[in-house]
Amino acid sequence: MADSKQTLDEILNLAAAQFKVPREKLTPDDDFFKTLGIDSLQALDLLTRLEHHFNVELPDYELQGVSDFRTLAGRIQSRL
Amino acid sequence: MNQFKGRALSWELKNGVIELALHREPCNEIGSSTLAELEKFASALADLEPNAHALILYSTLKSGFCAGADLRELYHGAQGMDKQSAARGVREFLERIHKVMNAIDGSPLTTIAAVNGVTFGGGFELALVCDLIVADKMARFCFPELRLGLIPGFGGIPRLKRDSGNAVVRDLLLTGRSFNATKAQQVGLVSQVVAEGESLRAARGTAAQLGKFDRATSAVAKKFIKPIPYEELQQEIDIFCELFTQPAVEAGLKKFVESKDAQPYLP
Repeated sequence: MADSKQTLDEILNLAAAQFKVPREKLTPDDDFFKTLGIDSLQALDLLTRLEHHFNVELPDYELQGVSDFRTLAGRIQSRL
Repeated sequence: MNQFKGRALSWELKNGVIELALHREPCNEIGSSTLAELEKFASALADLEPNAHALILYSTLKSGFCAGADLRELYHGAQGMDKQSAARGVREFLERIHKVMNAIDGSPLTTIAAVNGVTFGGGFELALVCDLIVADKMARFCFPELRLGLIPGFGGIPRLKRDSGNAVVRDLLLTGRSFNATKAQQVGLVSQVVAEGESLRAARGTAAQLGKFDRATSAVAKKFIKPIPYEELQQEIDIFCELFTQPAVEAGLKKFVESKDAQPYLP
């Protein structure tokens, strides 16, 4: 099972690749809506990619109000 | 009419397969213009059926199959009307779209929804009228209506109950959460999950297979196994219209329409 740091790294790598943002520009406490410049439809796309990548289910309401990578990683980690 | 190109959708009959393409930006929201073209399709369907064995519904948009009812049109249309007049307008819209949905649901053709991305609310309900759902792995299914103080109104609850069982309906309806394609397949809703961007190709492959069977036998088999739940569909319209007059709905629609939130599609 991935540890928290590994989970966070994988999220940052996936987000950088998917939204074509240099990986070094992303930090754990970034607001990913702002840093990635994504809207709600793209957020759903990211959610789906994360579910497939980590093979977890992430109910949408668990992500309500979550906008930074670190908190997102914590939510995923709790389901691994 | 073997071919039609409208503003919201197009269709074409080719080699025994009717392909109905949705292409209204941003995500095929169903408002009055889409409904009018869907009605045009439903009227043409009877003439197309003798020369076809399958119907495929799909979206040409990367954003998704369909994000559901056009809530902005619904909200702005209801402004300046008293509640009873607005509710009458909503009932008329629902009755019209139910006729379209029932025509596709009950068609003797084998019908396939090839879905991708956002398949929410009325878009999910449109997919549910089809016999098979082929989903791109990035598809997501959701009934977000409760957060507006409503229930799905295009026939989604009775059809999902028919196809997947009551517990699945309760999970999606009462939590408002969305399922990805893999989860949707696990609960029996999706027939095939395919790679990103491949749902139409897979649906065409399935349609080609269907063409090998005797059409009349396929139609009899479908009629036997897929009853249309007319009574529950009517109840759904009645409940929707009753809820629509409640203050929570106007407030929910206003919040959605005026939202600057980056997450309006997240329940």
